[in-house]
Amino acid sequence: MSCPENKDLIEAYADGELDLSSSLEIERHMADCQVCAAALKSHQALRSALGGTSLYYDAPPRLGSRVRSAVRKQEKVFAVGWRPAWRWVALAAPVFSVAILAFALVIASRSSSSEDLLNQETVSAHVRSLMAAHLMDFPSSDQHTVKPSFSGRIDFSPEVKDLSNEGFTLLGGRLDYLDSRPVAALIYQRRKHVINLFIWPSQDGTGAGAMETSLRGYNLIRWSRAGMHYSAVSDLNLIELRSFQQALQE
Amino acid sequence: MDPTELKRFERAFLPHMSAAYNLARWLTRSDQDAEDVVQEAYLRAVRFFGGFRGGNSKAWFLTIVRNAAYSWLQRSQAQGPITPFDAQIHDVEDKSPGPEVELLQSATRQDLREALERLPVEFREALVLRELEGLSYKEIAEVSGLPIGTVMSRLARARRNLRQFLIDRGTKEE
Repeated sequence: MSCPENKDLIEAYADGELDLSSSLEIERHMADCQVCAAALKSHQALRSALGGTSLYYDAPPRLGSRVRSAVRKQEKVFAVGWRPAWRWVALAAPVFSVAILAFALVIASRSSSSEDLLNQETVSAHVRSLMAAHLMDFPSSDQHTVKPSFSGRIDFSPEVKDLSNEGFTLLGGRLDYLDSRPVAALIYQRRKHVINLFIWPSQDGTGAGAMETSLRGYNLIRWSRAGMHYSAVSDLNLIELRSFQQALQE
Repeated sequence: MDPTELKRFERAFLPHMSAAYNLARWLTRSDQDAEDVVQEAYLRAVRFFGGFRGGNSKAWFLTIVRNAAYSWLQRSQAQGPITPFDAQIHDVEDKSPGPEVELLQSATRQDLREALERLPVEFREALVLRELEGLSYKEIAEVSGLPIGTVMSRLARARRNLRQFLIDRGTKEE
């Protein structure tokens, strides 16, 4: 066989993009043709040069939270715009709708400020646990030891999960005080990063989606599920903290 | 969008953030612009999410990232040319490969980065998708909106140019 008319085929062969019979043909040809064999070699050298160095740009950790909040913001705007009733009210009675809006804003700002407070309290509890030598009341990597340690000290029994397969090591448990009540704190570790997971019963008993913030350089994810509030806080990047949260939910 | 739908969206597309950023960073050649492009791509994707019928979410999303990056390039091009378009670099003949294998092997990360950045944007795009993201020709065709044959020849030309650039540089240094 003579050299393939289309030299690009040699690269397609090296990229594993040719079907079996074409591949075999190229291989047979290259056994006799030094020019094509050299072309393949040079192609492989370039590939390994590109693959061997870290030319890959990893997304900066802050980008994740930035994107999520931008998406949420946009979707909220759309949700209001799509609701026909809202549109009608806004057209027919602007004054009325302004009043409703103002009222809604007052409520929103109120509830958000109490949430801010709780977030700050949570981060402070996390920082405190790392400052004093009081990270754990009962150190143990065994979920079956940690869980019973809470009984008799708080009026609920938190679920303690072993997440070592997901790369989060359980270090132990601690009692803490948040949201004007005693709470359970589970301590996990990922590499050098300590994660405090605070757990306490919620009032309304319903679940709620995750809410993320970052405060003073710490990332915080809060959610509720099956009548419990959960709040995970760490200096771990948000993406890994999110996978921690997802691992807990599964 | 209701919260469960949003969750579904985030589960499908947030894992592709690094791929998106890598592509955007190579196309725009700026950290800040790449972040803006990625955010814009997510905002577009969530609007088009209703039209996404499962399947290859990475290719689907990278298509949006690519288009967002090109809109960005067009906007900034109005202020001045961004690709130093070099006719010589654009069409090089394939020379017989001799000492170039060693040259390629000794190329530093900095050399490769510069060489790749100097390529015309459509060549850069093809190489990044293939060599850094590991997409198949078919997937590249989907992302770039090209026939597979064009992907193949574009990749080959991109590699020729990249090789030539590295060789020229290597011989200059000697």
